[in-house]
Amino acid sequence: MTLDNDTDLEGQIAQWRAYTHRRRELHHTDTEELEDHLRSRITELTESGLRDDEAFLIAVKRMGSLDTLSREFAREHSGRLWKQLVLPGEPDASTGGHGRRELPVMVLCATVAALAIKVPAWFGLDLSDDATFYARNLGLFALPALAGYFAWRRQVGPRVVAVLAALFAVGALGANAYPLADDSQSTVLTAIHLPLALWLVVGVAYVGGDWRSDRRRMDFIRFTGEWLIYFSLLALGGGVLTAFTVGTFEAIGLDAEEFVSGWLLPCGAMAAVVVSAWLVEAKQSVIENMAPVLTRVFTPLFAATLLAFLVAVAWTDNGIDVERDVLIVFDLLLVIVLGLLLYAISARDLTTRTGLFDRVQLVLVVSALVIDLLVLLAITGRISEWGFSPNKTAALGENVILLANLAWSAWLFLGFVRGRLPFTRLERWQTRYLTVYAGWAWVVVLAFPLVFDFA
Amino acid sequence: MHITKDLVAASATPLVLGILTEGESYGYAILKQVNDLSGGQLEWTDGLLYPLLHRLERLGHVESYWQTPPGGRRRKYYRITDQGRAELAEQRRQWATVVDALRGVWGATTQSISPITAPAWETGR
Repeated sequence: MTLDNDTDLEGQIAQWRAYTHRRRELHHTDTEELEDHLRSRITELTESGLRDDEAFLIAVKRMGSLDTLSREFAREHSGRLWKQLVLPGEPDASTGGHGRRELPVMVLCATVAALAIKVPAWFGLDLSDDATFYARNLGLFALPALAGYFAWRRQVGPRVVAVLAALFAVGALGANAYPLADDSQSTVLTAIHLPLALWLVVGVAYVGGDWRSDRRRMDFIRFTGEWLIYFSLLALGGGVLTAFTVGTFEAIGLDAEEFVSGWLLPCGAMAAVVVSAWLVEAKQSVIENMAPVLTRVFTPLFAATLLAFLVAVAWTDNGIDVERDVLIVFDLLLVIVLGLLLYAISARDLTTRTGLFDRVQLVLVVSALVIDLLVLLAITGRISEWGFSPNKTAALGENVILLANLAWSAWLFLGFVRGRLPFTRLERWQTRYLTVYAGWAWVVVLAFPLVFDFA
Repeated sequence: MHITKDLVAASATPLVLGILTEGESYGYAILKQVNDLSGGQLEWTDGLLYPLLHRLERLGHVESYWQTPPGGRRRKYYRITDQGRAELAEQRRQWATVVDALRGVWGATTQSISPITAPAWETGR
């Protein structure tokens, strides 16, 4: 047996191992056990005179197809797929010895987040009377705790911790230093944009300070989608809990409403921010991610809706009515289209060829582009008529940012569908664009009040 | 001779438990022994032995542990438990009953069939 032969066999076995690792039904230890079997079989076959590659083929064949195998394993260990959802990963998984302290640290961070929203109350700021204060600072209650959780989990260095702390401090300043009136447009804009900016700061902690890496950024995008899903699920459960709390206490003549609105809802929501993140981390790679599945379902539906809308616009010859609320709806629509694109990208197997789904995706992006252009026309019309205001400028900026993203995405996507450009180009474009969102969100929070004279 | 899937599946548990009564063993060795015992007639898909072993472990009939021989690979060994021995005894009783019944019915048919077929056979010659 030559050395070359040996490494060849090792390569084949490594490939086989990679295939088995993709099966969720097979645990790491199962793979190890099967590999031991495979190697024993190969040794026996080579000793009886077969060449390495022949022995490998026969051994794999005798092992049985992976489909049958994982089905049998799934039948035997049906609990496995579910249990792992809440239990921290296997002790031998790559959590870096964090496994045992994972739960207490998460509980600690969630508690900090939950109590953070009650801190202002000690200084006499009431949740219902000073609602705008809470709205402006919404991102500052739970997100520092979440960033702390990830800083601990990824064991980031002191420099990254310093950067995180500085960014949160800047956020706190931006939210509270300016003399904004409660009903000013800037207050609303800060309430929307500061959580966004701080969420991307959490992203820095999530990637363990390695924010230049495209791959890690993509991981953060994936995380965001999964987190949203878990958060919505927890919110649903919280709704049920709230309803029962109010209902049962009412039955014995006690009014729980104050407790619910003062403690249960705000503290629960803040804690859920951290708990959702922990759930995403804990179940990572155990269950198929949900966001790409939802993307698959909704991409064709959204594409059909947008096309129908465009046909209706052309048919009736109606321009888009430029009321403010309507414009916000279109902004949200573009965000959703972008999200669908992002999650399709994040889950795509880079080696598969283009298919029907990619074409549907392209239709979706292009029709969103056309709609975005119509909206942009409407906004510029409104601005030339009434002049710049914080709201309109923010809407204009967001539209331009989304338009640039979607336009270049469409171009790259077209190149990909026609087989001229590799898919990674599109992936890289999206991950790099995250900095644009971060930059814009900070500009709106920090510069807009100054530019528009605290309007 | 091809032995049907159902029969292979039904005999798998007593075979594995029986082999493990002779001493602890690991997957590949168990499979080799099944092969030797049946003269190569009882063919299993290699991989499917492991879900079976894991099931026996879950039921408490066997227990497993990992061991690394010096200079070797980590390997998972299985050992039969007292409960497993009881299960094996029970299965042996069941199999004995089935085998007896089959013997009885086959003995009866060969007796009843041979007198009829034999003359016809001989007259044909």
